[in-house]
Amino acid sequence: MTTPVKNPETRVKRPEESLFKRLTRQQLFIPVAALVLLVLFNLVADYKFFAVTITENSLGNTVLSGNIISVLDNASELVILAIGMTLVTASSGGQDISVGATMAIAGSVILRMVCGGQVTADTMQMNLILAVIIGIAVTALFGAFNGTLVAYFNIQPMVATLIMYTAGRSIAAWINNNQLPIINDLAFKYAGTFLPGIPVPTPIFITILVIAVFWLVLKFTNLGLYTQSVGINPNSSRLNGINPQMIKLLTYVILGVCVAVAGFIRVSRSGSINYSRIAENIEMDAILAVALGGNALSGGKFNIYGSILGAYVIQFLTTTLYKYEVPSTALPAYKAVVVILLVVLSAPAVREKLASMKKAPAKTVKEVS
Amino acid sequence: MQEGAVLEMRGICKYFPGVRALQDVDFTLREGEIHALMGENGAGKSTLIKVLTGVYPKDGGEVHIRGIEGAAVIRSPQDAQNAGISTVYQEITLCPNLTVAENMYIGRTKGAVTNWKAMNSGAGKILESLGIPASPRQQLGSCSIAVQQMVAIARAVDMECKVLILDEPTSSLDEQEVQKLFGLMRDLRAKGVGIIFVTHFLEQVYEVCDRITVLRDGQLVGEYVIEDLPRVQLVSKMLGKELDDMADIKGESGGAAISQEEAPVLEAEGLCSSAGIKPFDFSIRKGEVNGFTGLLGSGRSECVRAIFGADHVTSGNVKMDGRSVKIKKPLDAMKCGIGYLPEDRKGDGIVGDLSVRENIILAYQVMKGFFHPIPRAQAEAFADNYIELLEIKTASSDTPIKSLSGGNQQKCILARWLLTDPKYLILDEPTRGIDIGTKIEIQKLVLKLAEKGKSVTFISSEIDEMLRTCSRLLVMRDRKLVGQLNGEDLTQNKIMATIAGGDEK
Amino acid sequence: MKMKKILGLALAAALALSLTACGGGDKPSDASKSNTPAGGSTSQQPSTPDPAPSGELITVGIINNDPNESGYRTANDAAMRATFTEDNGYKATFYNNNDAAQQIATAQQMVQDEVDFLLLSPASTTGWDTVLKDAQAAGTQVILFDRMLEADESMYVAAVVSDMPAEGKTAVDWLAAQGLSEYNIIHIQGHMGSDAQLGRTGALDEKVNAEASWNYVTQQTADWDEATAKTIVQSVIDSKKPFNVIYAENNGMARGAAAALDAAGITHGKDGDVIVMGFDSDKWAFEEVLAGRWNYMGLCNPLQADTVDAIIKDLAAGKQPAQKIIYTPEQGFDCATLTQADVDKYGT
Repeated sequence: MTTPVKNPETRVKRPEESLFKRLTRQQLFIPVAALVLLVLFNLVADYKFFAVTITENSLGNTVLSGNIISVLDNASELVILAIGMTLVTASSGGQDISVGATMAIAGSVILRMVCGGQVTADTMQMNLILAVIIGIAVTALFGAFNGTLVAYFNIQPMVATLIMYTAGRSIAAWINNNQLPIINDLAFKYAGTFLPGIPVPTPIFITILVIAVFWLVLKFTNLGLYTQSVGINPNSSRLNGINPQMIKLLTYVILGVCVAVAGFIRVSRSGSINYSRIAENIEMDAILAVALGGNALSGGKFNIYGSILGAYVIQFLTTTLYKYEVPSTALPAYKAVVVILLVVLSAPAVREKLASMKKAPAKTVKEVS
Repeated sequence: MQEGAVLEMRGICKYFPGVRALQDVDFTLREGEIHALMGENGAGKSTLIKVLTGVYPKDGGEVHIRGIEGAAVIRSPQDAQNAGISTVYQEITLCPNLTVAENMYIGRTKGAVTNWKAMNSGAGKILESLGIPASPRQQLGSCSIAVQQMVAIARAVDMECKVLILDEPTSSLDEQEVQKLFGLMRDLRAKGVGIIFVTHFLEQVYEVCDRITVLRDGQLVGEYVIEDLPRVQLVSKMLGKELDDMADIKGESGGAAISQEEAPVLEAEGLCSSAGIKPFDFSIRKGEVNGFTGLLGSGRSECVRAIFGADHVTSGNVKMDGRSVKIKKPLDAMKCGIGYLPEDRKGDGIVGDLSVRENIILAYQVMKGFFHPIPRAQAEAFADNYIELLEIKTASSDTPIKSLSGGNQQKCILARWLLTDPKYLILDEPTRGIDIGTKIEIQKLVLKLAEKGKSVTFISSEIDEMLRTCSRLLVMRDRKLVGQLNGEDLTQNKIMATIAGGDEK
Repeated sequence: MKMKKILGLALAAALALSLTACGGGDKPSDASKSNTPAGGSTSQQPSTPDPAPSGELITVGIINNDPNESGYRTANDAAMRATFTEDNGYKATFYNNNDAAQQIATAQQMVQDEVDFLLLSPASTTGWDTVLKDAQAAGTQVILFDRMLEADESMYVAAVVSDMPAEGKTAVDWLAAQGLSEYNIIHIQGHMGSDAQLGRTGALDEKVNAEASWNYVTQQTADWDEATAKTIVQSVIDSKKPFNVIYAENNGMARGAAAALDAAGITHGKDGDVIVMGFDSDKWAFEEVLAGRWNYMGLCNPLQADTVDAIIKDLAAGKQPAQKIIYTPEQGFDCATLTQADVDKYGT
């Protein structure tokens, strides 16, 4: 009657798994696959897309230019926002939709500081680093405001941040008395363009720096573990000594800091600001980057590198569409199609199906051989 | 199909990533029988049920149901319901914000218009005939868990099923309610319904069941008529090894012999929390195992939550090793060397999506602090050590804890607290819903910890278990501490009397 | 302090004078009349806002676009707010939004509140029919400023606008006069469908279609956004397509385009490889042209407030405006001929 039973301590493994199946289950599969597809498309369509040339800019600096440099450069703000957005998503299971508006605030504060209240300033009126620190402090404060609403008042993140989404740009305008300040000091634009003598756009360095900082923070603190734990099960986290509210608040403050850095890069690209247009709709791209990175928008486990890749994918896509002169009115539509594709592909159900589809032919090949 | 069979499952297979959950399992249910499905946690009972009810697609095998030509195709719980299979799950799967009647009729009203009056009166009749103390118009969420469970059964019964599956229906019911349920099951059996009964309570199996099918590690061990399988043999079949006599556990450890001279590890006076319990005094000595007992909802969990600072503590003084301490939140308690395994494993214990490793190191990690993460290699060593020590069945330490069976999840939570090396460990229902083998392992572990000089507070709904492990019992009634029993008073009868409020009789 | 305020108002009046000089013979004096006593009233006779004939405040509902949209809009909105004050005889309600649907809803509300005048700068040219009919039925007079909408002329009493097609025409004519052998143009458009975009695009489209030597390298909208404009130009540079003209439909976008050129080391402006063109009235943009970094700026005058004010005062006095559509005087500025005096005069 009894059948032989395996030793219970033996760890059972699934009989065999195709490489494809293992690959598709990887979280980074979708963003990497999207990136590979974009690269392949551009290689086939016009390999010159990847050409990087050395030119001299109007200030006499030798600089690199090319589509790839543009992608890396222009994705900077999005990458930095996506990092912060990933943490917020993980801890609170919701997204901050006010990042574009608070970027306007950060930019406005920084410009007001360096212009010293003037509409047009030819030299910086304040130490740039100090101005940026003030900008960071201000948006961190707004992040704390959002975080408090979410963590302590239990307001849905999207609803809580709707307040700043609506009011942020008006606040940004109010900071500068509704004027549009302009700074003509070249040193101010170093962060958004090039440092003298360095051929790579500065935003790329800033982004690398931010990524490195987060790598270190995630390695040398428990931010990752706590954030995920709180996002998955706040009750259990609390009973293990974590303060879930504090962690949620912390992630919003961190996002606030990211927003300030992104806002600083954006205003230092031009030395000016347009409150209602600056970083418009960037919150949607940031959320999309998180989703593309294979992170659940309902929170919990996250992979920050997935979001970073996702952000680059979005910018790569935008640049490709520009290159093929897709009318910019049609850009959102193209983006939407690609997004729908990617999101559907990353849905667990579809991936499961994909994997099984791939499995069947693999078997027959085996039998034939 | 065999004669008299209402359901036949042949060669069922089911795989999960890294786990063979079911391998070539046969199962036959006959008309008018109560058939127990037994096995340790992770043996594949729940998976088999879920395959049968269309929750999981099967990876192999056939299902035959009386009245259906050829192999039955069950792709969804709806298909199962249409085929005459009704299920009551261990966890309540009803909607707490709907009324009792709505819950009973949800998803099976015909047409767009609902006849509320007929629905409510119909529900009322069934509830009355089953003796369930709930009104059809009452919101389900306002009923006790036990009543919610009974409503779920009432719903299944009302659907006139051929096959009724009860997956751990009794784990949150008290003795009276269990008897009521058994009465109901016998009535249904008489009407020819085949009942699959999944439970961990051996006594209950021998009380109501006709036949037993035993699974182990995803494989069929065998099918037996109940008279042919004495308890000891059943247990050894489930475990796949000869069992230490359960009654011997305490004897070998000598847990009762706690020196009264030992200084108390923790003393609490007038402790009270916002969870609505009366202030109580509590103390525990080094190497002592004590326990809170009482009916469900009597406040035993609230007491230990107050000690651990899990609820908002409103008053009371606590001394740890004679020194006054303030425990306002769980972290304070952890820093004092207290560990707490909560009652609700899923809601308060595991962090589902995190790996077994991360779940094991969580509490220790929090105590080390935000800026001192445990290096990966060390974390792996900790996890592997406890996986081996507690025989946690998992594909690897990277497996998400939610894919483990209940008992193995519980072992991970135990490992989590053992890793913090607590002076005092609180275990609230550590054995609920897990198999006998693990239960005994946990009981032994408790006594071993006490031997090593740790103090343990143990809570269990099974008085047997408490008697085997605890040297002192604190009895709760109506959210109030009503008595303490130790030494010779530690008998089943005495405890029952205290719980029931002996003086009033 | 008070002196400064009076001086400011006087200056504004003077400006209005100079701007409306060609709008009609009697208007300038009206404008100065309505402003100077207002300035006086703040200092001496606060209780008598004499310009309103009935002695009561005229109620106006003012619907404008978001002042943060661009420097042009900031100046436009500021001028409206400075003119329609209680001191000047008005009880004004302001509403700013770039969303036409929101604008329409608010306009409907203002009509229901029975304002005397509804001043409109519509975000889109269509969808206003119901509001205009309701206004007519309620006796609310509608004056359009800055932007037109698609409706019969009888539906509004006056429109004080920039002649966008003319602005475009002036710019394109100027460009043609530069006598390049080939025109390879990067055309950066504003918010699609807006009055300014349609007018400025129309003239250029016509020319490009007509002339074989005029080509578009790319034609994209940057939605008035500087950063997007920069990206568009950067993309063209990266793809190595030759171009020698950037026609940006506002100054902010021209600035973004110029930044992309700077980054790639492409010279522009006076004696540069690429002609840079912008529109509107920002002072900083004038300075760019003056410094020779840009070649051309088409002035789009944001200061319609005084003209509107004058029309209302006339209507209140029973005088119909001479023309239905009043164009604010505008012109194009070339870097070769622009003077500091122009900058001071027209920059906002």
